[in-house]
Amino acid sequence: MSNVSADANQSASNEQPQSSNRRKFLTVATSVIGGVGAVGAAIPFVASWNPSAKAKAAGADIEVDISGVAPGQLIRVMWRSKPVWIVRRTPELLASLEGIEDQLRDPSSEQEQQPLYAQNRYRSIKEEYLVLVGICTHLGCSPQHLADGAFAEYAEGVPEGFFCPCHGSKFDMAGRVFQGVPAPLNLVVPPYQFLTDTTLLIGSDA
Amino acid sequence: MKKLILAIALLLPSLAFAAGSKHPLDDADYDLTDKASLQNGARIFMNYCLGCHQQQYQRYSRTFADLDIPDEIGQEYLQFTGEKVTDYITSPMPAESSATWFGAPPPDLTLVARVRGADWIYTYLRTFYVDDSKTFGVNNLTFPNVGMPHVLQELQGTPRISYEDALIDGETVKQYVGIQSDGDGELSPEEYDQAILDLVNYLQYTGEPSRLASEKLGKGVLVFIFIFFIFAYLLKKDYWRDVKK
Amino acid sequence: MNGFLNWIEQRIPMMRVANQHAIQYPAPVNMNFWYVFGFLATIVLVNQIITGIWLTMNFEPSAERAFFSVEYIMREIDFGWLIRYMHSTGASAFFIVVYMHMFRGMIYGSYQKPRELLWVFGMLIYLALMAEAFMGYVLPWGQMSYWGAQVIVSLFSAIPVIGPDLVIWIQGDYVISGATLNRFFALHVIALPLVIVILVFLHIIALHEVGSNNPDGIAIKHKKGSLAEEDKTKYKIHEYYTDKYDIADDIVPFFPHIVLKDLVAFSIFLGGFAYIMFFAPEMGGYFLEHPNFEIANPLKTPEHIFPVWYFTPFYAILKAVPDKLFGVLAMFGAIAALFALPWVDRGSVRSWRYRSGLHTWNLIIFAIVFIFLGYLGGTPQADWKIVASQILTVMYFGFFGLLWIYSKNEKTKPVPERITK
Repeated sequence: MSNVSADANQSASNEQPQSSNRRKFLTVATSVIGGVGAVGAAIPFVASWNPSAKAKAAGADIEVDISGVAPGQLIRVMWRSKPVWIVRRTPELLASLEGIEDQLRDPSSEQEQQPLYAQNRYRSIKEEYLVLVGICTHLGCSPQHLADGAFAEYAEGVPEGFFCPCHGSKFDMAGRVFQGVPAPLNLVVPPYQFLTDTTLLIGSDA
Repeated sequence: MKKLILAIALLLPSLAFAAGSKHPLDDADYDLTDKASLQNGARIFMNYCLGCHQQQYQRYSRTFADLDIPDEIGQEYLQFTGEKVTDYITSPMPAESSATWFGAPPPDLTLVARVRGADWIYTYLRTFYVDDSKTFGVNNLTFPNVGMPHVLQELQGTPRISYEDALIDGETVKQYVGIQSDGDGELSPEEYDQAILDLVNYLQYTGEPSRLASEKLGKGVLVFIFIFFIFAYLLKKDYWRDVKK
Repeated sequence: MNGFLNWIEQRIPMMRVANQHAIQYPAPVNMNFWYVFGFLATIVLVNQIITGIWLTMNFEPSAERAFFSVEYIMREIDFGWLIRYMHSTGASAFFIVVYMHMFRGMIYGSYQKPRELLWVFGMLIYLALMAEAFMGYVLPWGQMSYWGAQVIVSLFSAIPVIGPDLVIWIQGDYVISGATLNRFFALHVIALPLVIVILVFLHIIALHEVGSNNPDGIAIKHKKGSLAEEDKTKYKIHEYYTDKYDIADDIVPFFPHIVLKDLVAFSIFLGGFAYIMFFAPEMGGYFLEHPNFEIANPLKTPEHIFPVWYFTPFYAILKAVPDKLFGVLAMFGAIAALFALPWVDRGSVRSWRYRSGLHTWNLIIFAIVFIFLGYLGGTPQADWKIVASQILTVMYFGFFGLLWIYSKNEKTKPVPERITK
């Protein structure tokens, strides 16, 4: 639009074709270089939004000593500002997980809510230890761990599980979501590994 | 003519400033690209300075990364009280106690090179001398009556100051000659000077870890701006050729 | 595309405004080196705002965290060091550019009728800029931040009757403290930038209403009908101007001619700016003062307290007067004198090209005095310096006094009818 008046403001005298070509070339060249410069100048501003060293330090892997966790006990650690549960499951509890699969939305963990090594029946590396991110997959509240039969009030015949008080979502003791609740997906299993038999590293694969 | 006078006027402020009657500073010829020197400086700092002084604005991990020190080596040789690699470089000495023991808390040294300058620090650490009238038995020519003990004495050896009598304007005056080590230190005078230079190099680095990256990026940016200038100039000239005058 | 643009144009006159102010605006053809600094000042203003916003994303405005957060930006935010240096270099660049811009106004008489209000808006921008820079410098909470604030704010105690209470009110505390830092942060980040942007807008409107001056100091817009056809410009100029005036063939359209000229100036400026930013951001302690890399310590006064270089001439004037109140009055009087320039100069020839040799010398000596005062204000005290700054303060005000005297019946040279070069 402005070029209309700009062209009229070029010289009134005769224009040689070469000078017009030269002008076009110089205009394009200067504009392109200027454009590259503008993008280059924007890079530091965009990059400054990346997680800082402080955020990266806070988001680092967490070592957890599980030697003191009794069978049936749940401990909670913070990883990347999120609650992570570690549950030492009893053999009875593990056995009870098979019978409830018809009540679950995704019993075989087909949705990608866990690393490959947790895409199994018990959603863990070792059967005994369950590691879950304690954030409901509905809208992000942290569910309650209900044990000793308290969970049966919400799911008939299931003595232990995770119940989210915000909107009533329910998860079993492998973190699998029940049908008929607002949450669409199983609880997330974070990347983790066993550094030793009694030490977990939450945050990265082996 | 007017422009010439103005140009001269603008140069006036670069007149030499009056020098203070302070101890002259030696030239610290540090090299931020010399990683071996920086690593040695880091080692000296952690072994001798960290007991009292902090570098609370710098993380160990940044130092390890910039100085090419693998985390495990850094943790073994540079971290002594179980800190994480990502921790800030803090001192175990409590601030209130240090204020009592030294009169003032030992200052944080992350930025000391930007406050004092490398030359000052280099000279300061090499001008301690034995002075029995002081609390810690030493004084310092660059920072008279400093409250700091000569922590590096085991490296330098006992430093003794010497004067000689000189006749100036008809008066006998004690003139400063130099500071000489008794030779009971771990390092020779040349080795000590080099060690201090390494330490100064390290402090210069921690004052501004981005310096080398800045100069590297700056070269490319200046070249780019120059190229842009050429094209902008030619384009401007092209349009202005048609303008009379 | 044209249909869409027309739809917009009917509802908001985007294209008309662009044409009137940025494209078909008549600019004198002889605008020289001195005329780039207004444009550069706008660029630096944009730079300060953008880098300032980005710094605010990570700066923590509390006495406990401010200093640390600046080092956090320098070390832990990707390119944080670059954004910080862009802001600190920009602050000094702003004053270099603005001082050159003001001096241009003085040598070419750009403050004379009908541009008095333009000059006043400019002086208001300068005042706001000084307040903005002063408050910005306090934010990193270094030794010079703290003690510079201490010295300058305590000046207000010289005001009779209300002085000491005023100081406490400004500080928000009995001493300079976190309360002071917090309110300076709010003023520096939001209040004053808004004021400056509005003033710049008014400044440009005022400029475009009367038109740009030029190094010859003569008019380019002539009475309608007074010019022969061949003397009128061939370029397309907006009818807002051509309806009222005959525009002489002494102009070029703002776009593309002046825009391209400014682009070249910009690239040279950018080269210098980039050199400083990447290789010498401290500029020997003038752009970033060495004591400010030490955290503020209310118990330890630095050996020498100076303001940043762009305030040093006025600081020298302040120190030259032995009495505290009169020193403050002299300092503010030095700035007030600049405000009064359109009325102090009673002459009608604008450019120093056609004024007396006395005027030329008066201007040059004024510049030298200003720079020398800066040197005196920015270096440690000495006995000879006190006397020197007193003499130079008299000479500073002497510029205005002399100008007032000789401008009434000045021996000027004949002013050309049309632009020369």
